[in-house]
Amino acid sequence: MSKTNLTRRGVLKSGAVAGAGVALPTIFTGSSVSAFTNDPTGDTVTLGFNVPQTGPYADEGADELRAYELAVEHLNGGGDGGMLNTFSSKVLDGTGILGKKVAYVTGDTQTKSDAARASAKSMIEKDGAVMITGGSSSGVAVAVQGLCQEAGVIFMAGLTHSNDTTGKDKKANGFRHFFNGYMSAAALAPVLKNLYGDDRKAYHLTADYTWGWTQQESIAAATEAMGWETVNNVLTPLAATDFSSYIAPVLNSGADVLVLNHYGGNMVNSLTNAVQFGLRNKEVNGKNFEIVVPLFSRLMARGAGENIKGIVGSTNWHWSLQDEGSKAFVKSFGTKYGFPPSQAAHTCYVQTLLYADAVQRAGSFNPCAVVEALEGGDSSLPGISSPANKGYLFDGLGNGQTLYRSADHQCFKDVLVVKGKENPTSEFDLLEVVEVTPAAQVWYEPDHPMFAGGQLGSCNPGA
Amino acid sequence: MDAILLQILNGLDKGSAYALIALGLTLIFGTLGVVNFAHGAIFMIGAFCSVTLQRLFNLSYEVIDETQKDFLGNPLKVKTPYVESWFGPEMGATIIDWSVPLAILFAIPVMLVIGYVMERGLIKHFYKRPHADQILVTFGLAIVLQEVIKYFFGANPIQTPAPEALSGVAQLAEGIVYPVWRIVYFCFAVVIIGAVFAFLQFTTFGMVVRAGMADRETVGLLGIDIDKRFTIMFGLAAAVAGLAGVMYGPINAPNYHMGMDFLVLSFVVVVVGGMGSLPGAVLAGFVLGILESFASTTWATTTLPGINQIIIYLVAIIILLTRPRGLMGRKGVMED
Repeated sequence: MSKTNLTRRGVLKSGAVAGAGVALPTIFTGSSVSAFTNDPTGDTVTLGFNVPQTGPYADEGADELRAYELAVEHLNGGGDGGMLNTFSSKVLDGTGILGKKVAYVTGDTQTKSDAARASAKSMIEKDGAVMITGGSSSGVAVAVQGLCQEAGVIFMAGLTHSNDTTGKDKKANGFRHFFNGYMSAAALAPVLKNLYGDDRKAYHLTADYTWGWTQQESIAAATEAMGWETVNNVLTPLAATDFSSYIAPVLNSGADVLVLNHYGGNMVNSLTNAVQFGLRNKEVNGKNFEIVVPLFSRLMARGAGENIKGIVGSTNWHWSLQDEGSKAFVKSFGTKYGFPPSQAAHTCYVQTLLYADAVQRAGSFNPCAVVEALEGGDSSLPGISSPANKGYLFDGLGNGQTLYRSADHQCFKDVLVVKGKENPTSEFDLLEVVEVTPAAQVWYEPDHPMFAGGQLGSCNPGA
Repeated sequence: MDAILLQILNGLDKGSAYALIALGLTLIFGTLGVVNFAHGAIFMIGAFCSVTLQRLFNLSYEVIDETQKDFLGNPLKVKTPYVESWFGPEMGATIIDWSVPLAILFAIPVMLVIGYVMERGLIKHFYKRPHADQILVTFGLAIVLQEVIKYFFGANPIQTPAPEALSGVAQLAEGIVYPVWRIVYFCFAVVIIGAVFAFLQFTTFGMVVRAGMADRETVGLLGIDIDKRFTIMFGLAAAVAGLAGVMYGPINAPNYHMGMDFLVLSFVVVVVGGMGSLPGAVLAGFVLGILESFASTTWATTTLPGINQIIIYLVAIIILLTRPRGLMGRKGVMED
């Protein structure tokens, strides 16, 4: 026979504890407190700028920070207003965001995913950041995007070029203005065919992480489709500094093109090594040996010096663009810092403005309202027939009309193919734009195999 | 066969840098008993000596050219280096072109002074402290030096090209070409290593230092100021690492974290060679350089993926398990 020890006092105490326990989750969602993470209650709103201040992409990080500071200045009504004057949306008036002055905190990702997550976590939990932005490594972007999704804040990706960021690792709270490996390949392939022909043997050296893998896959697919053969693909560690051991086997591989899927300091070193080994003056299979750097930036071009001359690649944006938005940004940035902005600076500046614009249009900092504003209803890019062609359409921020596609939060805009200038007129005049590839040419469907897997899911407001 | 020869040459080149840094590390450990984690930073400072000289040679005056525009649309400021004004355009251009080799002359006194100041100002206070303390303080110093360089020169790699005459490739055999500057670097390393060994072997100063390395107390009892000689050796070790950095610039553009990139590998080289053994450091430097080079070949990376990233550490583990004192280390060092 079982024996119970029930007493009136015991039942009451247990009931009170159980009741409190059941009620606990509703405390955080009740109307008495914020309904989303870091709802700004004072007269300022804090943004988190998480950039690489050390590591192989540190130079990009430094330029990103400059751009963020400029964006904050413009949002708060300082300076000449930059692209606020050319942006097609006119809801930002220099009084901050929703009447709150914009403040910011910065962090160092160290170009490492774990450090970047720790830094972003601190910004969200300790500093109350309502939006995190930054990058320069897709590994970092994917990691921080995942964290922001869990925490319930918006992630406006900085420089991240891996297909995975808006492919298998896409998240509802994450948005990418920068282009990706697929788009680079789609823009580059016709130019490469035109310059070097359709009968080439390519040897790839690839940075061994998500960005390198997806870029290599994209470039190989696009060049093979036009007749090139991929002779080999060798993965190289991100921490590598001397690439001579990887370059030497290229000499006797039968390849007549070397594709360097490297970025930042890695690319500077690998290109320097390739030039040292005489690859640019070599003749193979009766053709001049060529080097291709699919993702270019002016900062890398500066680091690579003379070696960059004549080498073809793609870029998201370049300061020599003559649209009104680009000219306004170059003028603001150049006047403040004394040199033109990089593509990293451009994309980070634009992302900050786009976030502020979305909040202003939504009338709320709630991440779900921001997501809805950035997904933007039924606007579409002209000239593209696809059910996926809808989202938030804007202009005046460089690269012409741009669509933030609602299906995967990837921006679609014109992509530039550039070449290292043979006779630069100044230390900034290192790249020349050889082709502006229309957005329609780099378009792909959201279920394209290179972007398949993963779910956008639904927005998470946190708290 | 050609590919094997190329990888051996590559290995010798990498090994040259490892050996030169490890040689300095071993000199410091052997004489002062200090584990100097700031040695990689000294290598980096050496590289930035050539960057500095290059910038000094490129100091220019500006003339406004109304016919050209800068990126903001303002009249372009055309720069002309003072060196070209003083020595004429041709001679001036040649001086600028040879800034890396000329930086050797600039770097030697700079590195000796840095070594001397570092030893007298900081490291001497840690002689009697545990190795862990020495590692912590020198590692901290390395980070400080790295950040100072980053502050003044930025985070981006800075190209320091080899002179035109020493650029390009040399035809070593039918179908085998190799960069001229890398051959120069290897020869330079051999000369420096030879000079250090000759200095220690054939000079009275060197003999006293070697005696001091074997038995510091006894040499001191003979009335010789061994501490002073060891301080000079610290400066010499700094100069060796610094020169390795100066000449490394044209191979890979100098950047603020290049010291850290080499430091860990060089310590592995020292341990594999045998702590305190100068020939061991040099031998291990070249052997590990060649092994690392072969591990990066297509055959190796496809057969054993990732072997290129772990080969040096794998060798270190095997050596330490089977022969804790390293290849040529003294019996009793690093052994029970």
